[in-house]
Amino acid sequence: MIFGKIVGTVVSTQIDEGIKGKKCLLAQTCNYKGEVDDNYLVAVDLVGAGVEEIVIISQGSSARQTESTYQKPVDCVIVGIVDMVEEHNKIVFKK
Amino acid sequence: MILAKVVGTVVSTRKEAKIEGIKFLLLEKINPSNMQGKGDYLVAMDSVGAGLGEVVFYAAGSSSRMTATTEGKPSDATIISIVDSIDINGEYVYRKDKE
Repeated sequence: MIFGKIVGTVVSTQIDEGIKGKKCLLAQTCNYKGEVDDNYLVAVDLVGAGVEEIVIISQGSSARQTESTYQKPVDCVIVGIVDMVEEHNKIVFKK
Repeated sequence: MILAKVVGTVVSTRKEAKIEGIKFLLLEKINPSNMQGKGDYLVAMDSVGAGLGEVVFYAAGSSSRMTATTEGKPSDATIISIVDSIDINGEYVYRKDKE
């Protein structure tokens, strides 16, 4: 999994039947401290994430191993909202 | 999924039998913060009827075979959505109806 920062939403009406009605968020990938880089992803939100939150993103076929994305054309899902990251007993990110 | 713009079509007459009749589009990945192309291109199958100039996102890898159009086909990138709007931090950076 990778870290991402939610920056916005992507709205679409002409969308494949398999992911119709799912919330698609725009995420910017970031490091474990929450520092963003210049790479953007569209991810299906399973946890109710919102703008500015740091999330955990699952990619590839693993993104289909959830109840709502099973056998759906989805390669990127948000599986968690990060509360805190600790490195060597030091908090490097806190929501 | 990755955001991209449809910049053209790809025509192929000699191709694998299974992909007969499937539309191939040429996509350029875009940076949504400025909506500019990144100079990074790929060929994708289309499951939603996308056309030239439209902003789309596509599923890659095995997930690209999970649509009705591409099931069992040798696809590794399928357009699954035509984008209506994108907002970043509450402000629209793209609206299809304003293009």
